[in-house]
Amino acid sequence: MTSPEYTYPEGAAAFPHRGLVGIAGLAPHEIMFLLDEAQQWVELNRHAQKRRELLSGLTIINAFFENSTRTLLSFEIAGKRLGADVVNMAVATSSVKKGETLIDTAMTLNAMRADAIAIRHGSSGAVQLIADKVDCPVINAGDGQHEHPTQALLDALTIRQAKRAFNGLRVTICGDILHSRVARSNILCLTSLGADVRVCAPPALMPAEIERMNVRVFHDFDAALQGADVVMMLRLQMERMQGQFIPSPREYRHLYGLSLERLAKAEPDALVMHPGPMNRGVEIESDVADLAGRSQITTQVEMGVAIRMACLDVLTRKARGLEGWA
Amino acid sequence: MSIHPPLTITGGKLVLPDGRIEPGSLRCEGGFIAAVGDVKPQPGDEVHDAAGKLVTPGLVDVAVFTIDKPAFHFGGITRAALMPDQNPPLDTAARVRFAAQSGKPDFWVHPLAAATRNLDGESLAEIALMREAGARAIATGRRWIQDSGTMLRLLQYAAMMDMVVVAHAEDAGLVGNAVATAGEMATRLGLPSAPAEAEALAISRDLALAEMAGARIHFRKVTTAAGLDLVRRAKGRGLGVTAGVSPAYFMLSDLAMAQFRTFAHLSPPLRCEADRKAVIAAIADGTIDMISSDHDPRGPEDKRLPFADSAPGMAGAETLLPLTMSLVRDGVISMSRAFDLLAANSASLLGVDAGRLAAGAEADIAVIDPDRPWIVDSDKMAAAAGNTPFDKQPVQGRVLALFKGGVAVKAKKAG
Repeated sequence: MTSPEYTYPEGAAAFPHRGLVGIAGLAPHEIMFLLDEAQQWVELNRHAQKRRELLSGLTIINAFFENSTRTLLSFEIAGKRLGADVVNMAVATSSVKKGETLIDTAMTLNAMRADAIAIRHGSSGAVQLIADKVDCPVINAGDGQHEHPTQALLDALTIRQAKRAFNGLRVTICGDILHSRVARSNILCLTSLGADVRVCAPPALMPAEIERMNVRVFHDFDAALQGADVVMMLRLQMERMQGQFIPSPREYRHLYGLSLERLAKAEPDALVMHPGPMNRGVEIESDVADLAGRSQITTQVEMGVAIRMACLDVLTRKARGLEGWA
Repeated sequence: MSIHPPLTITGGKLVLPDGRIEPGSLRCEGGFIAAVGDVKPQPGDEVHDAAGKLVTPGLVDVAVFTIDKPAFHFGGITRAALMPDQNPPLDTAARVRFAAQSGKPDFWVHPLAAATRNLDGESLAEIALMREAGARAIATGRRWIQDSGTMLRLLQYAAMMDMVVVAHAEDAGLVGNAVATAGEMATRLGLPSAPAEAEALAISRDLALAEMAGARIHFRKVTTAAGLDLVRRAKGRGLGVTAGVSPAYFMLSDLAMAQFRTFAHLSPPLRCEADRKAVIAAIADGTIDMISSDHDPRGPEDKRLPFADSAPGMAGAETLLPLTMSLVRDGVISMSRAFDLLAANSASLLGVDAGRLAAGAEADIAVIDPDRPWIVDSDKMAAAAGNTPFDKQPVQGRVLALFKGGVAVKAKKAG
């Protein structure tokens, strides 16, 4: 499963980072290490008895400054399955949004002696800012339009289950690349693992100089799909389809909606992925989203829990005094 | 002033208005330079021995956002044009009059009148009354005036009063909520960005309107190759246009934003490497007329935030001189041209008789060691806040003594 360039050193050196703020800065073998660590949790999660006491006695705080249902739930389940005390702090609806309060909130969390904090925030760089102020490991659960590393890792784990190797794998990412932290983390992760990544969007939703991230740029979805092994669709925010970026959802669907007909341009066994939540009938047709054997959308959610368990386990090893990690 | 004795500065090398740098002395009396060159101290004079160092005009800074005397004095700045972006804005005569007095006696503030009321970009402010109150020029503020009709009427009004309009050049429609220049860095960081062409678009329109109105226009910061080309061509055609820049744009590119460093969040945002080089070329060929500090000290409440939520701006007063000296050392400009960029040209833009060592001019004088090394330390700055993107950077060039109106300025020790 792991090709030679991914062989990693045993023990602490396999993942020397204090937290997980982004995929940027991770070596390929470090990404593979996290995927390998997650594998055991994939299997555990399929049993009726899913609980381990690995993190028993540790407190994990999920501080979400931006609305989220599935990611928050996934982090919460991951923590609980490992036996940790998990506390969710949903501040998106409160007045705590920016300003000194962000740093103050970080200091408050720190003073409560959390053992790990997962943070989602609407501003790029906010998670790094907090990570610099607290003593415990911080996991980025999505910051603005910057990174969403656990999403990229769970996507990589999903792809690895089906495709086994990343080298030369043709992955097409289509949708609102400009505003997508999922796209950025996936580009970093997949190119780092050797995949051939294509991005596809209308010019208004394509960030400047994205080709400098070692991807090929397409505006024509049919061309981008040719020979693809993986098709990753991104959610298009409705408010961006009201004329500012895209004339209408109908027009977007016409140019960039993934239908069975379009999917036929990709490899016959191409995987269909979507980070959710989906706009069925806009970026993806229902029959594609539900296509048995091809659609990985529920597998992605499943892998998400395993990846987050692996991250929580690995990042707290030092604090737990594990041999070789302390 | 009269209580102070005349001052003679001896033994220095004088940076003279005609471009010569020559050993000599300089005598000041009653706040003005009385004689330059081969002068001897007279009985009763206070004598300052410049000990072979450079004797230069005090720096004239166009423009700053805050009056921060300790930082200005550290940096050798004796006068500054104050941007109207104050709280409340400088859009009435009373506020202008108050601001004009706020630095005396050891620092002179030249308020820039807000072009529009509350800097809203829509309704013209009482510019003539503000001129009476001491406004030296008109400024659009931190932002561009989006409405072309308003901008044209402003320029026509300014032309009638023979006042220069200090303009911010960023097309508002393209910029939107951008905090970075579109490019690889902004893309990797996931920051809202706008194409660098936003500057050239704004300059192009404003030049057309200024030409139509017969007005003088000064672009406070021109930071892109395309924008500089437009200014260069307009100058070639004899239009009344001048351009400024601050050291950040010839020292740094957008790579400085790495790790979301908010001290590198500036307005306009830092540009690509090719634009940085274009700024240096424009300083060398005379397209850029002045270098300003853009001094805008910001504390943690404005800077210790996620990048896009932080306020733009840097504390630049202390690093203005040494970073400009780096251009001299690199052979981009001569030493005497450095002081045209830092003092003479800005004084003439503001219409004040300063910024040059000549008999009759106001006695704002700095004694400078252009080679003296020091390290910028954001924790130990004289400025009200230490938001400098040059933290921990070694620089050369330091003010040894500063005189405002012929009187020594007592510099507060930094740190």
